[in-house]
Amino acid sequence: MRELNAVLTIAFRDLTKLLRDRIRILAGLVFPVIFIGVLGGSLNANIGKGLGFDFLTFVFTGVFAQVFFQSSAAGVISLIQDREEDFSQELFVAPVSRYSIIFGKILGETLVSSIQVAGILIFGFIIGVEFSAKILSLLIPAGLAASFFGGAFGVMVLANVGSQRTMAQIFPFVLFPQIFLSGVFAPVENFPPILAFLSKIAPLTYAVDVVRYAYYSGSPELSKVTAFGVTTDILVMLALFFIFLFIGTFLFVRKERNR
Amino acid sequence: MIPIIEVKNLVKRYKKADENAVDGVSFSVEEGEFFAFLGPNGAGKTTTISVLTTTLSKTAGDVRIAGFDLDRHEKEVRQRIGVIFQNHSLDKNLTAEENIRFHASLYGLHSFRPFYSLMSKDYKKRLAELADVVGLGRDLFKPIKSYSGGMKRKLEIVRGLMHNPRVLFLDEPTTGLDPLSRKNVWSYLQDVRKKDKTTIFLTTHYLEEAESADHVCIINHGRIVAYGTPRDISHEKSLEEAYLEIITNEYARA
Repeated sequence: MRELNAVLTIAFRDLTKLLRDRIRILAGLVFPVIFIGVLGGSLNANIGKGLGFDFLTFVFTGVFAQVFFQSSAAGVISLIQDREEDFSQELFVAPVSRYSIIFGKILGETLVSSIQVAGILIFGFIIGVEFSAKILSLLIPAGLAASFFGGAFGVMVLANVGSQRTMAQIFPFVLFPQIFLSGVFAPVENFPPILAFLSKIAPLTYAVDVVRYAYYSGSPELSKVTAFGVTTDILVMLALFFIFLFIGTFLFVRKERNR
Repeated sequence: MIPIIEVKNLVKRYKKADENAVDGVSFSVEEGEFFAFLGPNGAGKTTTISVLTTTLSKTAGDVRIAGFDLDRHEKEVRQRIGVIFQNHSLDKNLTAEENIRFHASLYGLHSFRPFYSLMSKDYKKRLAELADVVGLGRDLFKPIKSYSGGMKRKLEIVRGLMHNPRVLFLDEPTTGLDPLSRKNVWSYLQDVRKKDKTTIFLTTHYLEEAESADHVCIINHGRIVAYGTPRDISHEKSLEEAYLEIITNEYARA
């Protein structure tokens, strides 16, 4: 009970902060809109014919997963900012498990990314992505899974980087290649061998795949837009989630204390 | 009686450092005592406090707080201490009350609710009492961004006392405060100490704040160079004169 209370406390702090930060809410919408509307739209107009699936919808589902993943990862990494503003001391003298602190952070950032993604869903609806009640009932849990997974990935990054400055330099390198390798913009099935290999070790790939299964389940395009099989995706994500969470938290706490 | 803080041969060497920041320090503090830990910048005061408050690992030595071993019972130690850090450690994006609510929920004092109005009566009562004593009653629902340094400090003290700690660690708590704020903060802290028998562990550069301490411990280069009551140490001089003499002699010898 005690730990659960702590998890909720930490999670709501992130949500409260987001709701006071209108610029961040807006910025969280701009990139996906550019990715889906501008990049997806222009690619769709040029090469989107004859693929056997609607390219805009394909990009939409990819970005949907990517934003959940990325927003949570970046949010968890903001613990570095807490440290530089000395707030993390208050967190770390508290008599609660370090895992509760980190898990609370992941949960909080999942609440935050859910709000960001709600805007993207509305945008998808406006540009004509088709939704049914059944699709939404699968898509939303898949997105939340991508978010928890992204948060755990963030812990792992956090455990290995010292300062906010280093983070600003490194984060694009751990994120952008993943976006292009994970099949957000092109099916990973047709990748040449090296890229196919890299794609398999990029965690985001599995989050994108799971979201595509959720959206396309039961439709004839399913085999054209997915890669590994939904069971594989879920197993990989579950395994990596716990590995990232436990090893990442352990390393992070050790790095903070053993100075 | 078992001392509330017991430190034996504490050593801390930072990674990549070739000298010990804290080099074999031993002392003990009785329950309800006002203990002043003094020394020049870089003497090892903050390092010692960081180890005692579980945020920094030690290299060697034994520490017991409220009877609990620091290595084996971290959580029990954390539950029984309150810490006022050298730098302000409030979340600037939240209001003062939200900062306190965060703390109270994290320490398991009250069930967390996303809004103040939904919090328990006990919480509201305790918060109002503490805030009134330090004179923050009317500013509790304002954002931290609008707080002055003195108000932040008072709020941090209120926060540090919410869970009734047995020991309150204060790392240069009045640095940057105007004389009136300093006086208010101190009269409040002394009241708490008398009323609740809360042990106060203080580091400061304002030596007059240490005049009323039960014991004074002076460290330099990570070692204790003087220990005793302020009277023992100052020998009819002011504590400040005595302190300067001790530290200057140290440098002359080195």
